[in-house]
Amino acid sequence: MRKMLLAALSRVLQGPAAAAAGRTGAVSEASRVMVASRNYADFANEATFEIKKCDLHRLEEGPSTTAVMTREEGLHYYKTMQTIRRMELKSDQLYKQKIIRGFCHLYDGQEACCVGLEVAIKPTDHVITAYRAHGFTYARGVPVREILAELTGRKGGCVKGKGGSMHMYTKNFYGGNGIVGAQVPLGAGIALACKYFGKNEVCLTLYGDGAANQGQIFETYNMAALWKLPCIFICENNRYGMGTSVERAAASTDYYKRGDFIPGLRVDGMDVLCVREAAKFAAEYCRAGKGPILMELQTYRYHGHSMSDPGISYRTREEIQEVRSKSDPITLLKDRMVNNNLASIEELKEIDVAVRKEIEEAAQFATTDPEPPLEELGNHIYFNEPPFEVRGPNQWIRYKSVS
Amino acid sequence: MAAAGLALRGALASGAAVAVRRRGGLWSCLSPLPAAPRRSAAHFAFQPDPAPSAYGQTQKMNLFQSITSALDNALAKDPTAVIFGEDVAFGGVFRCTVGLRDKYGKDRVFNTPLCEQGIVGFGIGVAVAGATAIAEIQFADYIFPAFDQIVNEAAKYRYRSGDLFNCGNLTIRAPWGCVGHGALYHSQSPEAFFAHCPGIKIVIPRSPLQAKGLLLSCIEDKNPCIFFEPKILYRAAVEQVPVEPYNIPLSQAEVLQTGSDVTLVAWGTQVHVIKEVAAMAQEKLGVSCEVIDLRTILPWDTETVCKVLLNGSTAFCCVGHSSQFRIISKLAEGTLCPLIQVTDEYVE
Repeated sequence: MRKMLLAALSRVLQGPAAAAAGRTGAVSEASRVMVASRNYADFANEATFEIKKCDLHRLEEGPSTTAVMTREEGLHYYKTMQTIRRMELKSDQLYKQKIIRGFCHLYDGQEACCVGLEVAIKPTDHVITAYRAHGFTYARGVPVREILAELTGRKGGCVKGKGGSMHMYTKNFYGGNGIVGAQVPLGAGIALACKYFGKNEVCLTLYGDGAANQGQIFETYNMAALWKLPCIFICENNRYGMGTSVERAAASTDYYKRGDFIPGLRVDGMDVLCVREAAKFAAEYCRAGKGPILMELQTYRYHGHSMSDPGISYRTREEIQEVRSKSDPITLLKDRMVNNNLASIEELKEIDVAVRKEIEEAAQFATTDPEPPLEELGNHIYFNEPPFEVRGPNQWIRYKSVS
Repeated sequence: MAAAGLALRGALASGAAVAVRRRGGLWSCLSPLPAAPRRSAAHFAFQPDPAPSAYGQTQKMNLFQSITSALDNALAKDPTAVIFGEDVAFGGVFRCTVGLRDKYGKDRVFNTPLCEQGIVGFGIGVAVAGATAIAEIQFADYIFPAFDQIVNEAAKYRYRSGDLFNCGNLTIRAPWGCVGHGALYHSQSPEAFFAHCPGIKIVIPRSPLQAKGLLLSCIEDKNPCIFFEPKILYRAAVEQVPVEPYNIPLSQAEVLQTGSDVTLVAWGTQVHVIKEVAAMAQEKLGVSCEVIDLRTILPWDTETVCKVLLNGSTAFCCVGHSSQFRIISKLAEGTLCPLIQVTDEYVE
C-alpha cells in the first residue's frame, strides 16, 4: 500500500519526463530522496535499550547494560527469529504428518540465543552444539529448504539426507550431536586449532542444563583453562533436562559458576540484545588471549524435549503460557522496535507473511524432493580408500562404499 | 547333507538371498541368488510361550510390566535393594519402574543426574558396600561412558581384591536393540563389546516370561550383571507371567525346538524371527531346524550348543545383529560346520 503511494507520489513529482522511468521501475534521484526522507521521518535509525545486568563469576566487569540497535539490525534479528520459529512449527506439523520421522528436538522459544550469538561473532568463528540444532543451522547460513529437506531425509538436505535432525552441519558449524555432552571436548579441540592457526577465531561450545552434569564437560573445563583456549562455553539452561527440572538434577543450578576457575556470566537468554552484548563481551575476552569463558543463557523451550514428549507432564501449561506471554523473544523484540519507532507493526507483519511463504515453499521442496539413492547408503565410511563393499543386513546384500 | 543344502537354497529364495561361506568344501555346488527384495521396515511377530504352571498364579503382562513386577519382587524381598538411573522416579522412559517409588519410598527409587559413568561407578560403590544396586542406563547406546567402570572396575573387583571385596550386588539394566526409528543412538546392541570381558555376566531375554525370571536371577547373582531389554518388545510382547518371584538360571541356553539338520542360535528379538524361519524351512524345504535361545551371552552355555553341533547338525546359522555374530563365530571355530549369518534389517 505504502509502496503504491510512494510510486504514485514519485511519478507526480518527477513529471512526465521521468514517468517512463518510473513505470519501468527506475527511481529518479528526486524521488529517491523523497522516499528516504519519508523513511527517516517515519522511523528512527537506531535506539538505545536498557538490558538486564549479567551476574558475574570471577569477572570484575561484565557486558554493558545498554545496547544500541539499528533499524536494519532489528529487522534482521526479527526476520531471523521469526524464520526459526516458523520453521520449527512447520517441522512440528510435518512430524505429526509422519513426513519427518525419527527424532526431532525443536528450538522454539530459544530463538534469541542462537540469533544473539550469531550476530555477535563472525562467520569465520566456529560453533558446535547438541541435538537441538535447527536454529543454529539456520543462523550459520543453511537455507530453510535444506534444513527441512534434511529433516525429511531427502537428497536436497544439507547433509544429503543422511544426517537427519540431530546431524546437520555446514561450514564452521560442527553440528548437531546426539550423545549428550560429547560435543564439549570437541569444542575445546576446535578452539585449540583456532589458537594454533592464529587466525583470531573463537569456538562457541554449547550444551544444555542436563549435559552440564556430564563428567567430560569438567574434563574439558580443565583442559581449556590450562591451555587458555579461545573457547566460549555456553550452557543453554532451559530449566529442564528432558523431563527433569534443574533443581532435581543439579547440586548447583548456578551453571555459570560451574566452571569454577573459568570466569562466567549469567545472561537473560530470552532477550536477543542481552545475548548479543554478552557474546560480544565473551568473544572479546577470548580473542584477547585470556582463555576460556562460560556463559549461561537462561532460556525456555515451548515444546517438550522432543516430538515424543508432550512437555506438560513435568511442567504446567500455565508456566509455558506465562513464559510465552511475558518473555517471548520475538514479542519482546517486536515491542521494543515498535515502541522506539524502529519499525511499524505493518512492516513486521509483512515480514511475517514473507517468512511464512518462504517456509511453505521450503516445506514443499522438502516433501517432494527425492530420497538419496540406495547406492549412496554405504558411502563416506572411510576417506580416500578404493571402493569396497559394505555388508548389509545379510552377507549377500552389498552396498558399495565410495569414499 | 547336500540335499538339505540345496533344499535350503530353494526355499529361502523367496524370502532372502542365500549363499554359503565355503568352510568345509561341502557347499561348492551352491551359488549366490539374486538379492532379496528390500523391506522398508523391520518385521517379526512376537511368539508368546504358554503360561507356566509351576510358579503359581499368572497375569497378562507385557515386557515392561514384567520388568516392573520383577523389580517389585526384588525390592520387597531384599530390604537393601535400590533402583536408580535417569528418570526412574516417575516410572522411567519405558515405564519399567512405574509405581515403585510410591511403594518403596524415595530413598530406594531415585533419579540420578545425566552421568552414565557416574551412575555405574556409584552403583559399583553401592554394591561393594553391601547393598543391592539396580542401575538403569537409559539406552544401551549410552553405556559407553560407563564402559571403563564396567570393564575395569566392576568386572575385576573380586579378582583384584583376592575376593575380599566384590560388586556382585550390582545389576545394570538397559533398553537394547533396534526399534525401527531409533537411528544411530537409540538402536544399538552393544553386548559384543562386553562379551570378551571376564568377570561380568550379560543376559538378554526374549519375552516377558523370560525377562522376569532372568532379571531376578541377575539381581540375586553374586556377580555384576548387565541385563539388556529388547525395547521393541516392551509393548509388543504380551504373555502370561507369574505374579510371584521365580528364577530362570543364568548361563543356560534354552532349546526351543529340536531339529536334526540346521542349528539356529539367537537371542533377544531375533529369536522370534528365527522361530518363523524354522517354521518356514520346515514347511517349504523339509529342513528340520534346532532353535536355541542363548539367553546368557556371557558366560554362555557351551555345553548345550556344542552338544547339538557334535550330534551332527550340518550347518550352523548365527542370527542376530552383526556384533552378535562375532560372539558365535567363536563357537564355530574348531568345528567343521559352515557358518551362515542372517541379521535383522538395517537400523532406520
